Amino acid sequence: MKLVVVSAGLSVPSSTRLLGDRLAAAVERRAEDVDVQVVELRDLAVEIAHHFTNGFPGRALAAALDAVTGADGLIVVTPVFSASYSGLFKSFFDVLDKDALTGKPVLIAATGGTARHSLVLEHALRPLFAYLRAVVVPTGVYAASEDWGGTDGLADRVERAAAELTTLMQGLTPTHRTPKSDVEVTPFAELLTQGPPLPHHAHDTVRAQ
Amino acid sequence: MQFGIFTVGDVTPDPTTGRTPTERERIKAMVAIALKAEEVGLDVFATGEHHNPPFVPSSPTTMLGYIAAQTQRLVLSTSTTLITTNDPVKIAEDFAMLQHLADGRVDLMMGRGNTGPVYPWFGKDIRQGINLAVENYALLHRLWREDVVDWEGRFRTPLQGFTSTPRPLDGVPPFVWHGSIRSPEIAEQAAYYGDGFFHNNIFWPADHTKRMVELYRNRYAHYGHGTPEQAIVGLGGQVFMRPNSQDAVREFRPYFDNAPVYGHGPSLEDFTEQTPLTVGSPQQVIEKTLAFREYAGDYQRQLFLMDHAGLPLKTVLEQIDLLGEEVVPVLRKEFAAGRPAGVPEAPTHTSLLAAARKGQDVEDQEVVA
Repeated sequence: MKLVVVSAGLSVPSSTRLLGDRLAAAVERRAEDVDVQVVELRDLAVEIAHHFTNGFPGRALAAALDAVTGADGLIVVTPVFSASYSGLFKSFFDVLDKDALTGKPVLIAATGGTARHSLVLEHALRPLFAYLRAVVVPTGVYAASEDWGGTDGLADRVERAAAELTTLMQGLTPTHRTPKSDVEVTPFAELLTQGPPLPHHAHDTVRAQ
Repeated sequence: MQFGIFTVGDVTPDPTTGRTPTERERIKAMVAIALKAEEVGLDVFATGEHHNPPFVPSSPTTMLGYIAAQTQRLVLSTSTTLITTNDPVKIAEDFAMLQHLADGRVDLMMGRGNTGPVYPWFGKDIRQGINLAVENYALLHRLWREDVVDWEGRFRTPLQGFTSTPRPLDGVPPFVWHGSIRSPEIAEQAAYYGDGFFHNNIFWPADHTKRMVELYRNRYAHYGHGTPEQAIVGLGGQVFMRPNSQDAVREFRPYFDNAPVYGHGPSLEDFTEQTPLTVGSPQQVIEKTLAFREYAGDYQRQLFLMDHAGLPLKTVLEQIDLLGEEVVPVLRKEFAAGRPAGVPEAPTHTSLLAAARKGQDVEDQEVVA
């Protein structure tokens, strides 16, 4: 199974990346043959911006978009900026094909300086991935700074979320596993008959013939 | 193989001087560019059609008729004619009229335009863009081939016993290209009719162009017009040249950095690597252009964008001199050298008329037999 971690952390090392790695490791412990690939959005930031201005992705971004599209499951992790996901995180999913995540299991996770932002998972990330028709695992994982030194359940939440993602990855067949071709053909006979119905009088003419 | 110029007709300030040409200056400059194209031995001049500033060419057949009167050889074309928002009846009539005035030196390229609001401005629904292109062209195709047309469709008043006038010159409709960047439906449409397919690849990486052209070629064969290699393909190109490539880069960079469409985005270096843009010596332009056929196959028409982003007319005319004197003669020779037998030239009025007469002879013989 192919698992892709999308991390929008900016610092090196990054607690966002760390949370993504811990979640991926927890999935790997539960299932055999998990192939993990990490997409670091920091490395793609310039290509993402250029995709908006050029209209096509650069090579590294194209490879990342293909990896995400072809994954059996995703772990997506963002730092909280201004009470939501970061702009870079959103921008990556803005340039992803709108059908790429249909039916795909996605584990949502976020990091922040304080636990007061933990509901960002529910009011920002979950609606975004619901819109993209992903299957979002019930447990989202939020890690505040204090969680990294605490004992109040980050490890449990990581395990629970990873278990849910693993089950979904084993049980679900995402609708689009392969990157969609941009040149799929509709036969011309079908193109000729697409669109709104003929005006009423035109139907009469067709019947009269 | 045909070589030519296509222009968007943008009125853009020259970023090095801050000066913006007037509409009159820009329109006259487009004419001067067309005349220069003929002077240096190019084959085609094509103008865009736009209905919003900063673009000026809203009335292509007016401009092309004016150019036709001042040229002898140049084929006059469009890039593109909006098949979605123009009435197909008016397109049929305007271009047939131009055919007569220009003695057949006319073809055109259908397109859907790239400006969303143009649909409502002309009373159309943008959500029907592809369907408009399909239905309107089906009608246009008939209007040029049938003297009397009865027709009903989804998007236009029905026609009963309608004859578009004048009839196409010598009974031969202008050759049609279908231009598209992203829509496989348009490649399919071009293939269905056996028309030409123009991929305006200038802002796109080669692998995307390759997939679109391959689709068109395969579907052209599917509909029985010939082999995939015989399909009629056109490509765009965008160049800026100076004898010394470093001079070209230095002079073009401010225009690139401030250009409409891609300005303030990618670096000149990235864009030249990923798209057909070539900024350098004539030899570099030759090498890059010759490489197009590696992914698009042997093709029929190469149009270059030379005059956008606020480049002054004097510079553009120098560029076209370089193109005509140093680049195109070599391209003609090299493309011809590697060209397999059986790959046709781009259709012209002369070749279409000859084919029509041959077909008529065959029909007459069959009747006699």
